[in-house]
Amino acid sequence: MNRRPLTALIHPGEPPPDLKAYEAAGGYAAVRAALRDLQPADVIDRVKQAGLRGRGGAGFQTAMKWSFVPQGDDAPRRKYLVCNADEMEPGTFKDRYLMEGNPHQLIEGMILAAYAIGAEVAYIFLRDEYPLCAKRLRAAVAEARAAGHLGKDIHGSGFHLDIHLHISAGRYICGEETALLNALEGKRAVPRAKPPFPPVAGLWGKPTIVNNVETLCFVPHILRHGADWFRGLGKGSDGGTKLYGASGRVRRPGIWELPMGTTMREIIEDRAGGMLDGYRLRGVIPGGASTDFLVPEEHMDLPMDFESVQKAGSRLGTGTMILLDDKTCTVGMLRNLQLFFSRESCGWCTPCRDGIPWIEKTLAAIEAGDGREEDIDLLHTHTRLLGPGRTFCAFAPGAMAPLQSALRYFEDDFRRHITEQRCPYTNGR
Amino acid sequence: MLSDSERKAIEAELPLYERRRSLCIEALKIVQEHRGWVSDEAVADIAEFLGMGADEVDSVATFYNRIHRHETGRHVIYLCDSVSCWIMGCDRARERLRETLGIDFGETTPDGRFTLLPIACLGACDRAPALMVGDELYGPVDPAKAEEPLGKHP
Repeated sequence: MNRRPLTALIHPGEPPPDLKAYEAAGGYAAVRAALRDLQPADVIDRVKQAGLRGRGGAGFQTAMKWSFVPQGDDAPRRKYLVCNADEMEPGTFKDRYLMEGNPHQLIEGMILAAYAIGAEVAYIFLRDEYPLCAKRLRAAVAEARAAGHLGKDIHGSGFHLDIHLHISAGRYICGEETALLNALEGKRAVPRAKPPFPPVAGLWGKPTIVNNVETLCFVPHILRHGADWFRGLGKGSDGGTKLYGASGRVRRPGIWELPMGTTMREIIEDRAGGMLDGYRLRGVIPGGASTDFLVPEEHMDLPMDFESVQKAGSRLGTGTMILLDDKTCTVGMLRNLQLFFSRESCGWCTPCRDGIPWIEKTLAAIEAGDGREEDIDLLHTHTRLLGPGRTFCAFAPGAMAPLQSALRYFEDDFRRHITEQRCPYTNGR
Repeated sequence: MLSDSERKAIEAELPLYERRRSLCIEALKIVQEHRGWVSDEAVADIAEFLGMGADEVDSVATFYNRIHRHETGRHVIYLCDSVSCWIMGCDRARERLRETLGIDFGETTPDGRFTLLPIACLGACDRAPALMVGDELYGPVDPAKAEEPLGKHP
């Protein structure tokens, strides 16, 4: 049986499978079967048995999230499903691959998820910079509607569903699910206070589930092939496959679907082909800009699954690695990351709004050779002041992740800039 | 005044959202599609059309990266300056564009052809450094010849 369920039908550079091709490969069979034979609770149960964890970065149990939606006669009649397709985490390019490569797979996953939670309206929250995804999703939604997979009384089941495409106006914080809901309501995308959590009170106050693209794409496969099959795909305790990626100075930057728990070595050496000639690997940000550095001396044989990466002091995040080489300035790279975070901070809470620009300016001064000895302490202090529990949402703690780990692994680099009063890297830029 | 086609396009989105004011972002995007940018006057017109305050609409307009509150050139060049593109030389690409076009981030060429803006990670990290002109994605771009793709956008 297929070991690469998510990407089996994806051939980059070619058009995605249309409805006919997708159905010929078994597509929408899970929708027909579920609507005919399963109750919504059965769908949740099957996903629970599989142990599917959210692929957007946090790794929360998908079925558990779905089970938080109030059901029954007392629950609000209207519920929403939202696909978070606002892929904007620097270094991350996996959801684009899935949406451009096989849009029907996402739609089928959304139909099943909506059925499981009882939502009759679903949105795809897509970033504006992905026009090809928008074009292909629109075409696929139209095909699915014409074939009766969407609309009223789908396949005679009495279940209705419409999927709308919302194209964002662009801001990284929209990836945070409550900020996303505000954006969908037409407001500034500032995060909301929790509780209440979206499964209870989300979009326009109604129960709402927000799931990542990759997460939803797994659902049809789990229903078709079963929980045991899904668990068997992974190498460790987390089941399934994962879209891993690598970018930076590697021979073959790209995306690969591999068993969850594939080691960092296999991804970097076998898939990405190792570093370009003349470059040595020094550090790895494993899952997008807001995850802590890992280093080759300690972590090359680390299985890249949620638990292993967390034990190593970082997070699997989006599973798309950014590689730091020996000719790229660590301080410069951190300054670039903090510039991104300072621009994208929503400005709602003070530590994040004021703290991150201060860090960025400090790093810029160090990089330019104007750093002072006490700047290192100042940076350390900020990683605590902007750490977990100090800010309104997880944005600032995420921004601190690469900084605090860089200060741990590459402190010498910071110190050299200060003692030599210059950037020791010459040909990185 | 919003044009008839702008009004129609905004109204067409209404069934997709629970409340009229939820159309704020859609309305800003639709006006920008028609006019290239969103003026103070357009902000006031959208506010009136949706039953909102102009300041409220402006606070939304200025929040989002892709809503332009200044007039732009015919084509906007979005140069990705997030981490993977930075490692692969986007600063040199920016410098090259500055040399060849005479503009830096936030500026428009005197002939009104191009506006240059930075953009957060374009999700093209395997093609770094990357840039977008309008809806067209280019990458990997040779930083020393970063102006090359612009020939396709007269």
